[in-house]
Amino acid sequence: MNLMTARTGGLAILAVIITVAPLGFSNSYFYDVGVNAMFNAIVCVGLNLLIGYAGQISLGHAGFFALGAYGSGILTERYGVPAIGALVLSAAVVGVLAFAVARPILKLKGHYLAMATLGIGIIIHIVLKTEAGITGGPDGMSLGNFKMLGLTIKGDQMWYWVTGFLLVLAVWLSLNLIESPVGRALRAVHGSEVGAEVVGVDTSSYKVLVFVVSAVFASVVGSLFAHKNGFITPDIASFFHSVELVTMVVLGGMASIYGALIGAVILTLLPQVLAAVEQYEAMILGAIMMGTMIFMPKGLLPSLLNSLKRRGGGK
Amino acid sequence: MSLLKVEKLSKEFGGVHAVEDLTFSVEAGHIHSIIGPNGAGKTTLFNLITGVYTPSSGRVLFQDRLVSGMKPYELAALGMSRTFQNLQIFFNMQAIENVMVGHHLHLDRRFLPSLLRLPKVTRRDRECRDYCAGLMEFVGLAKYVDADAASMPYGALKRLEIARALAAQPKMLLLDEPAAGLNATESREIDEVIKKVASTGVTVVLVEHDMKMVMGISDQITALDYGRKLAEGTPSEVRANPEVVSAYLGTHG
Amino acid sequence: MFAAFLQYLFSGLTSGAIYALAGLGFAIIYNASHVINFAQGEFIMVGGMATATMVAAGVPIYLAIPLAMVASMLVGVAMEKFAVEPARNADVVTIIIITIGASIFLRGAAQIIWDKEFHSLPAFSGETPIAVLGATLMPQSLWVFGISAVAIALLWYFFNRTMFGKAMLGTSHNRLAAQLVGVAVKKVLLASFALSALLGAVGGIVVTPITFTNYEAGIMLGLKGFSAAVLGGLGNGTGAIVGGLIVGIAEAMASGYLSSAYKDAIAFIIILFVLFFMPSGLFGKRGTDRV
Repeated sequence: MNLMTARTGGLAILAVIITVAPLGFSNSYFYDVGVNAMFNAIVCVGLNLLIGYAGQISLGHAGFFALGAYGSGILTERYGVPAIGALVLSAAVVGVLAFAVARPILKLKGHYLAMATLGIGIIIHIVLKTEAGITGGPDGMSLGNFKMLGLTIKGDQMWYWVTGFLLVLAVWLSLNLIESPVGRALRAVHGSEVGAEVVGVDTSSYKVLVFVVSAVFASVVGSLFAHKNGFITPDIASFFHSVELVTMVVLGGMASIYGALIGAVILTLLPQVLAAVEQYEAMILGAIMMGTMIFMPKGLLPSLLNSLKRRGGGK
Repeated sequence: MSLLKVEKLSKEFGGVHAVEDLTFSVEAGHIHSIIGPNGAGKTTLFNLITGVYTPSSGRVLFQDRLVSGMKPYELAALGMSRTFQNLQIFFNMQAIENVMVGHHLHLDRRFLPSLLRLPKVTRRDRECRDYCAGLMEFVGLAKYVDADAASMPYGALKRLEIARALAAQPKMLLLDEPAAGLNATESREIDEVIKKVASTGVTVVLVEHDMKMVMGISDQITALDYGRKLAEGTPSEVRANPEVVSAYLGTHG
Repeated sequence: MFAAFLQYLFSGLTSGAIYALAGLGFAIIYNASHVINFAQGEFIMVGGMATATMVAAGVPIYLAIPLAMVASMLVGVAMEKFAVEPARNADVVTIIIITIGASIFLRGAAQIIWDKEFHSLPAFSGETPIAVLGATLMPQSLWVFGISAVAIALLWYFFNRTMFGKAMLGTSHNRLAAQLVGVAVKKVLLASFALSALLGAVGGIVVTPITFTNYEAGIMLGLKGFSAAVLGGLGNGTGAIVGGLIVGIAEAMASGYLSSAYKDAIAFIIILFVLFFMPSGLFGKRGTDRV
């Protein structure tokens, strides 16, 4: 795929879609769903760097998301820290935590890595539920609006435009990274760790780097989500949420930034679409996960692109 | 000057001595071959030298510097590069990208500038691409420059790995059975490539079963058997050594 | 003081026995296929829920139990046939997602087939606590110990004394060699899932009178069973049993002496500890990759 097309073309299309979509929104509920879809998309773009490009896995990323959310909540509500400062501080703390656990964890492979990240996510979940004094426990905690430089981001419409901008920014940053020597090294780690090592790639450090980057993405979105929602509960750190995030990435297409985006949008919209059959939601989600992995293990976007390539008579 | 010195090197796996008390050295600018029957410990030796395994005892010195126990990526920075018996190609990338990863240590690898796509990063990358295309031509893969690694034939992939190893601009290149699985024509092509590489001043250490290639190309040969050194010397010396002949040359000349 | 310790010990051994059975289930499937079955907990849940709802509907318990065991086995076999088999050669991440998807699917199905309520079973031999050195032991706990021990003994016999059991062990050590001597590897895979489901169901049934069950009961049980398996050394049966008991006792002790709020965290702290410091577990072997 020509790099130029993916970059300028893709970003342009993305920006256009985000700008034009609201023409079809008949009430603020659509904006709300749109914002949530874009929140998930940003987390997934970051998570995809870890899963799709570097070839690792994390079943605990909801934990980082939740830490960002609660970090912002606690800092703004209890200590009066301005929202932007709380967001940055939480992201920094999450980054440090991710760094601390990354090195020992990323020495593991396959299911061991999956279980270690799962363990971390669940421990975060349990701590958030238990330390009710700080977090409000299972009953959750409330937050005020996101205020920055005198501007208050309030209401679904405002959030939509802010998040849309951030999504385009996140995709731009990720594309830059992937196409750089750093990104190539990451993909090489996925291709063959020992092959990358012998040409000078410090694979451990790169895996740690991408783990921290994806954790920070999740934390930032968590903080924003907390402010937008005005209310958070420990369940945002649940194993189920982590699984949802991973499913979005693999559904849309691993090693495909736009794929991760599409997966996020589909799975965010799914519950809305399935509202009528809400009780079957879990079964359908489970079936999608199994079905995609069995029939389209590379995910939707890459599989679609492949079949288009083949129809076109090959490149 | 001995570029590489291996001193009393041993490696055991659960009681099996894959390499035992091995001592030899490689002169700069030479093509030095390691031969021996299957299971003689050749690939283990390579893995020990390139940091994939840590020795049970003994030492490896590169440019008179103790390197045993260092990680592969650290050794790459010191000027060592290698290919693998079982290809370790990055099948998830294009052929040219494989080679570009080889050039990794010479590129701008800073995180923030990469994230922000600063012009310096992109310029160096473009230069790298041209350089690597040149390397692919050097090894005879000009027509695969835009191909996906996954679509290339086995023989081409073997040469791709060599191109990748060369992109690191090594002082010493270790080739683990570069002719394995190749037919006569392809073997001759690899032979040519190796000679070309050596003529640029790179020291080549070669593990190979193809005796014709080994005898024709090497300045020095070390013969192993059961992890120990059996014989050492020029091709004619080794060829005449009765122990080597009986160990595995058999009736072939 | 000692009485309290004993109390925690009994509680820990009881849950430990269930974790041991779950861990064994993980080990059996892992040995046959190198798959970590995230739906193991759901096998436990199906056993308990099926029995409880049948009994509540009037089915006599001596009928409900075997029917529930069969139901769980069928679920295991179906999962192997339709979810795992088609993805035989996929990479680890893919298979992990598949089994997680299966567990979510099964939970969703349980929600619909039964309901979201908690269910229970009458204790098999009454609720009169037995006094032991100042602590009390519920008769049902004895059932848990006893049945687990019987199940483990039967398993041991199966794997070491029957042709098919030995074939399964052989397959786990070297699949190609097993195929070459005529072992039907596909059947082994199927059997491993059926067996794990059976084990899980037995655990689920026998513990329901104590802990109650609902459609979500499988999540924690499964994950803690995994903790047991990892602690013992993935793929090692004895390890899974020992691991299960350790996890159960550690939980009970931490809950009793430190903080009951963090009880659930113990199993995961154990997982992290093992993975960081001794990934091959207590009884596992370290392997090296050939390059």
